[in-house]
Amino acid sequence: MAITIAQVEQVARLAKLQFDSEEKKRMAEQLNLIVDYVEKLNELDTSEVAPTAHILNLTNVLREDSVEPSLSPEEVLQNAPRQNNSHFSVPRVIKEL
Amino acid sequence: MAERARQKAGEVDARVAAGEAGSLAGTILAVKDLIVMKGGRVTCGSRILADFVSPYDATVVERLEAQDAVIIAKTNMDEFAMGSSNENSHFGAVRNPHDRQRVPGGSSGGSCAAVAAGMVTAALGSDTGGSIRQPAAFCGVVGLKPTYGRVSRYGLVAFASSFDQIGPIAQTVQDAGDLFRAMAGHDPKDSTSAQLAVPVLDEHSGEKIKGLRIGLPKEYFADGLAADIRTAIDQLVARLAADGAEIVDVSLPHTEYAIAAYYIITTAEASSNLARYDGARYGYRAEQSDSLEEMYVRSRSEGFGEEVKRRIMLGTYVLSAGYYDAYYRKAQQVRTLVRRDFEQAFTVCDCLLTPTTPTTAFKLGEKTADPLNMYLSDVYTVSVNLAGLPAMSVPCGVDSANLPLGVQIIGNAFDETTVLKLGRHIEQSRVER
Repeated sequence: MAITIAQVEQVARLAKLQFDSEEKKRMAEQLNLIVDYVEKLNELDTSEVAPTAHILNLTNVLREDSVEPSLSPEEVLQNAPRQNNSHFSVPRVIKEL
Repeated sequence: MAERARQKAGEVDARVAAGEAGSLAGTILAVKDLIVMKGGRVTCGSRILADFVSPYDATVVERLEAQDAVIIAKTNMDEFAMGSSNENSHFGAVRNPHDRQRVPGGSSGGSCAAVAAGMVTAALGSDTGGSIRQPAAFCGVVGLKPTYGRVSRYGLVAFASSFDQIGPIAQTVQDAGDLFRAMAGHDPKDSTSAQLAVPVLDEHSGEKIKGLRIGLPKEYFADGLAADIRTAIDQLVARLAADGAEIVDVSLPHTEYAIAAYYIITTAEASSNLARYDGARYGYRAEQSDSLEEMYVRSRSEGFGEEVKRRIMLGTYVLSAGYYDAYYRKAQQVRTLVRRDFEQAFTVCDCLLTPTTPTTAFKLGEKTADPLNMYLSDVYTVSVNLAGLPAMSVPCGVDSANLPLGVQIIGNAFDETTVLKLGRHIEQSRVER
C-alpha cells in the first residue's frame, strides 16, 4: 500500500508541516521504504495479544491537591517570542470582514 | 553556565574543607543538551529551541549537585535525540575522538565523545532506543540505561515518553554506578517514576560472579554481526565461564520485529510530544505570518530538521484514521511479545550478555542518505527500551581497525545491581589481563 504525494500532503496538514514539491517526493519515497519495512509485523498473529501502552502498569497516580510554589508569570513568559500585558501574543485569529 | 559551575566548585571546596563533602565531590560532569538547567540554554540540537532558556532545573541536576557534582557543559546531540550518528544536530556533527572521520554514535554522541576524550569525569545522556549504549560502545566508554521509571524524567525534554530514560556515561563502571545511585529514586514531579527503594548493595563489594547465570540470546549473534565483535565477545564469554559464571543459551524470538515496532510507537509518541513546538509560547517563531495557522506551519517547518520532520510525519501517519489499528495498535501488541520474550529468558538466567552494536563506529556521511539503514544500526539496543529493562554497554576491546567495541549487559526490571556487578567484573578482568 504505497503512500502517495496526496497522502503526504494530507499527513503534513495534520502535522502542521509544509514541504516543497521536491521534499514531498522524497518524503513519499522514504516513508514508503519505512512503511514497507514495518509491514513485517503482519507476519505475526497478534489477535490474542493485549497491547502494551506502558511498561509500568501504573494507573491514576494521585496526590493531595495542595498549593505549592510554581513559576512566576515573568518566568513563564521569559521565552515568549512576543508578549503583551502578561499574555502570549500571536497573529490575529479573527478575520476582518 | 560557567558562572554556575565556578560557584558550585567554590561551595564544594568549602564542603570538602569542612569534611562535609557529598558522594560526588570531585566529579566534573557534562549534561546532554535536552536536560534543563535553570538559567541555561537547552537547545535539544534544534533550531526551534536554539535560544530557549530554562526557568527551572531537572530533578537529576538537583540530585547530582546535591551530592557535589560540578556541571561544566552541555553536550551536542542528534536533534530531539532522533539519530544514531550525531549528524542530525542543527549545530553540526560530533566526531569520534578515536577517529575523527567516524561518527561517535547517537543520539548522546556529544556526551560520549566528551567522556572518551577525557574532557569530563562523566556525563548524562538519555536513551530511547540505544542513545546512551550505542555511542558508549562507539566511543569506548561505559553507558547505563536504567530501568524505565528508575530515574525521574522531570526536566528531560520528551521524545517518546514511554521509552525515554536518563542515564550516566562514564569512564568506569564504578563512576556510572555512583551517578546512577545519586540520580535514582521516586520523584513526585514525575508520576511515572517508580516508588521503589534504590538498591544500596553496590557492585564493588568484591562479590564474585560465581554461579551467576548469564544468558546468550542467539538472535543477537546471527548474521550481520561483525566478525571482530563476535570474536571479542566469544573470548569474554569463555573468561566469564572460567570465572565461574554459568552460561545459558536463550532465545528472544521476536527480536527481528523490535525495530519495526519501535519506530511505529516512538514516532507516534514523538508526533504528539513535538506538537508543543508551535512558535506561540517559546522557541522559534516565523515572523510576518498572516494567520495563526501560517505561524504554526512555518515555525515548525523552518525550525525542525529533516529527520525530526520525517519522524513526525511517520508518527502522524500511523496514528491517523484508518491506519491506527494496522500500525500503532499492532506495534503495541508486538511490544507485549517482546516483553514476554525477556520474561521467559529471565526464568532461566539472571542477566543477558550481547554485543551492543553490530559494527564499530561508521564513517560520517555513510548512512545519512538511507534512514532505514541508519535505524537498523540500533538492532541490538531497541528491544530493551520496548521492555523497559536496564542495560549497560561496557568496553570490550577494539576491532582490527583499533576502534572500540562494546558488550551489552541486560538486566531484569529494577535489577541494575546485577548489571553493574557483572560490568564491574568485566572491566576488572580486562584491567588484570
